[in-house]
Order: sequence, then structure tokens, then C-alpha cells
Amino acid sequence: MTVSKKEYKTMAEKASPGTTYGKNMLMAFLFGGTICTLGQVFQNWYLSLGLGKDGAAAFESMTLVALSAILTALRVYDNLAKYGGAGTLVPITGFANSIVSPAMEFKSEGYVIGIGSKMFMIAGPVLVYGTAASVIYGLILWFFHLY
Amino acid sequence: MPARVGKYTIELQANPAVLGFASVVGKKESEGPCGQYYDQCHKDTTLGESSWEKAESRLQNEAIHLALHKANLNNTDVDCIFAGDLLNQCISSTFGLRSLDIPFLGQYGACSTMAQTLGIASLFVEAGAASRAAAVTSSHFCSAERQYRYPLEYGGQRTPTAQWTATAAGAVILGKREEYPTAKVGLQAVTFGRITDYGVKDPNNMGAAMAPAAAQTLLDYFSDTGTAPKDYDLILTGDLGMVGGNLLEELMKKEGKDISAVHNDCGLMIYDLEKQDVHAGGSGCGCSAAILCSVILQRMTAGSLHKVLFLGTGALLSPTSSQQGESIPSVAHLIYLKA
Repeated sequence: MTVSKKEYKTMAEKASPGTTYGKNMLMAFLFGGTICTLGQVFQNWYLSLGLGKDGAAAFESMTLVALSAILTALRVYDNLAKYGGAGTLVPITGFANSIVSPAMEFKSEGYVIGIGSKMFMIAGPVLVYGTAASVIYGLILWFFHLY
Repeated sequence: MPARVGKYTIELQANPAVLGFASVVGKKESEGPCGQYYDQCHKDTTLGESSWEKAESRLQNEAIHLALHKANLNNTDVDCIFAGDLLNQCISSTFGLRSLDIPFLGQYGACSTMAQTLGIASLFVEAGAASRAAAVTSSHFCSAERQYRYPLEYGGQRTPTAQWTATAAGAVILGKREEYPTAKVGLQAVTFGRITDYGVKDPNNMGAAMAPAAAQTLLDYFSDTGTAPKDYDLILTGDLGMVGGNLLEELMKKEGKDISAVHNDCGLMIYDLEKQDVHAGGSGCGCSAAILCSVILQRMTAGSLHKVLFLGTGALLSPTSSQQGESIPSVAHLIYLKA
């Protein structure tokens, strides 16, 4: 063929429709904002029931995680995420979805090598690097407190 | 006997005949523009099975049994079966066909497998190594997703260039022309493609990765046979989709062989791109298999389509190669069918 790899790269980029960033960002804002507002509503409700600030925050997270897990199990969450994008991915609900969905998917390989080993296939890296980052952050904080 | 024409094309002088063909699809495919042409449509994507892999195996099993039934043959009448799919170790084929008791040769050509198996089956018949040979392939959206991408319920977004793996299977039974002189459709030539890699790395843009392979094989075929796109009623690519299909037409124009008047793509035919939300189109072994074994061969048998170049396209990547940052090698195999 006469077309070079370099020329083809330009052709392919031109022919491939890109992501619509404006629309995606707006949808992420709306979905993410709604989830966070819902979280705030729960927190205020738990506070009004007499839970302390820490308790209300913990119960709020647990409620959102449970809701996300239930919506994933009902095969609804992925349909919301199709429109919500980062808005449904970033909040704690997205994290719950990333654990529940492989658990459902790999049930056919059994409880140990299926659900057990595949459950954290998406959330695993978040946990690893989240923990590593908090260790580094802790070291920095410790270092500054020395002086 | 098969005769080599030019460097890459093999002419099938005995013209092996298509004795039977069948397609089996899932719900989404049955709701697509070609829904009326499939032999069997399943409304339940699990096909009543306990795993997606079992469901896909059943698609293949049903396709081959339907094709045998339509050809008025028993499984023992077939000397050899060539089959493949997308799953690791080609388990849809081996598990789907294990009850058939036919000598089996598993094939892997990614989404080009229908053209690959059909090409090899035709050569077996042409060379007299088999009186009757079968080619069958399948893919299943759910089994492919869990192997190549994410769990079904994971809330991710698909990119605009992504394609939708078809839940479908297709099977063709070939026989010797002298035994079936009245068979409408025959195979005239085969061109097996070379591996082509133009450096595309995005596994969500396989159409763009495969278009140069399709162009390469088409150019080889035209050069070997001295024919041109206008000599054919249809040039049918496997699963280039919207992006790859446009790129192929552009590449061919640059080479002085404009195919846009006769080109169509199975990935564009199997779904309604807008209404069914499949982004750039359909893909998977079953995509080209189901379209070939339904609307195309039906129209050829009915006499409304005569000269067809069927070009299976395959992206030869694995999740590992993509994760390691490799580009996507591709291949395209061409079959010339004439009615």
C-alpha cells in the first residue's frame, strides 16, 4: 500500500469521532452533584435523628454504598452510568459498583476463584494506590510535625 | 484442484457448492435491520444456560444443526468441521460441537474466523480431502465483554469508536460441485490475508486497526485476478463498522480502486447504529457469520445477488497485548462467492 503509517495515523484520527467533552462534563456535574446532594440529605437526616457528626457521615456513606450495590444488582446502575460517566464513577457509589459488578459477573466460576478473587479486579488498584498515597501523606505530615 | 493465481489468490476451479447455511442470533440482533432473515432468534441472551460460555456454545451447536437440516444432511455426512470463536482456547467451538462426532479443526482468526474457516473448508472440498466440510463460528456479547473488557454491570462509558460484539453464530456446509450440480451458490476463489499493523493501539477502535488489513487483501486480490471493484455486486467486509468502513473506502480510493459504490459492512448491517446505541457498529466472529449466513446467502440463492467478495476482518490482539501497550495486528481473508 502507498499510505505510510504516519499518514494513516492522521487519517484514522480524522475518521474517529472524539468524546464530546462539554456534554460529558455537564452530565458528570449533574449526576455527581445529585449523588452528593442525596448524600447530604441523608447526613442531615441522620443528624436530626440524633447521631453525632462522625456517626452521621459514616451512616451516610453506608447508605450510598448500599443503594449503589442494590441498583447494581438490579442491573440499573450501569444504565445510569452510561449517561452519568464520571458523575457516577467518582463518588463512593461508583466504588461500590466496581466491587459488586465483578462479584455478580464471576459467580459462574464459584465462590472462591470466581467471586472471591475477581471481586476487587477493578477496585483493587484504587485500594493499593489509595493506601500507598496515604502512607506517603502520613510520612510527610510526620516529618513536618518534627519541627 | 486449487490453483494459485498471482501471489496470494487461490482459484477454486471445481467451484465447491454451498449446500446449507444457517444463522442463530440473540435478542438485540433480532431487533436489528436484518432481524427477519435469521433462522433462529433467541429472546433470552442466556439461551436458558447457566453461563455465557454455555450460551455461546449452544449458539454454534444450533447453527450447525440448522445448517445440516437445511442441507438435508446428517452430522455423519460431514467429513470435517472448521470452527472458531473469540473465547480463550476456543471453548465455544469445542464445547458446542463436541457431540457432533465430526473430525474437528479449531481455528482462531479473531473476527475473521468465518472467512478463515470457510476458506479452509472450501480448499478441503476442492482438493478432494473432504466430500463435505463445514465452517462455523460464533460470538456472544456477554462472554466477550467479561473476557476482553469489564463485567456487564460495571458502570463504564463506551467510547464513540467502540463496537458492539454480536451475539450470533453462523454455519455453512460445503460440498463437491459434481455431487451437487444444481446448488445455486459456489465458491470461486480465496485470498488469505497477511498480518498488517499500521500502529493503531486503541482497543476501542478496532475498525481503524483492521481497515489497512482489509485494504491490503483486497488490493492483493484485485492485482492477482486483474479484476476491479465494478466487477462485483457487493464487497462485504466483516466488522469494520462506521470508522473502519470509511477508512477502508478512503484507503482504496488512494490506491485508485474506489469501492464505495459496492461496499457494505456486516457491522453496519447487523444493528441500527442510532436506535440500538451500538456506537460504531457491530463486531465479533458471529457478526459477519450471521450476516453472511442469512441475508447475503439467501439473496444469492434467490438470484438477486450474484458476485460477492466476502472479506472477514480480524483484530489479532489480546487483553494482555493491549495492557502492555502493543499496537493491534490485523488480518483479512477474502472469499469470492458466485451465484
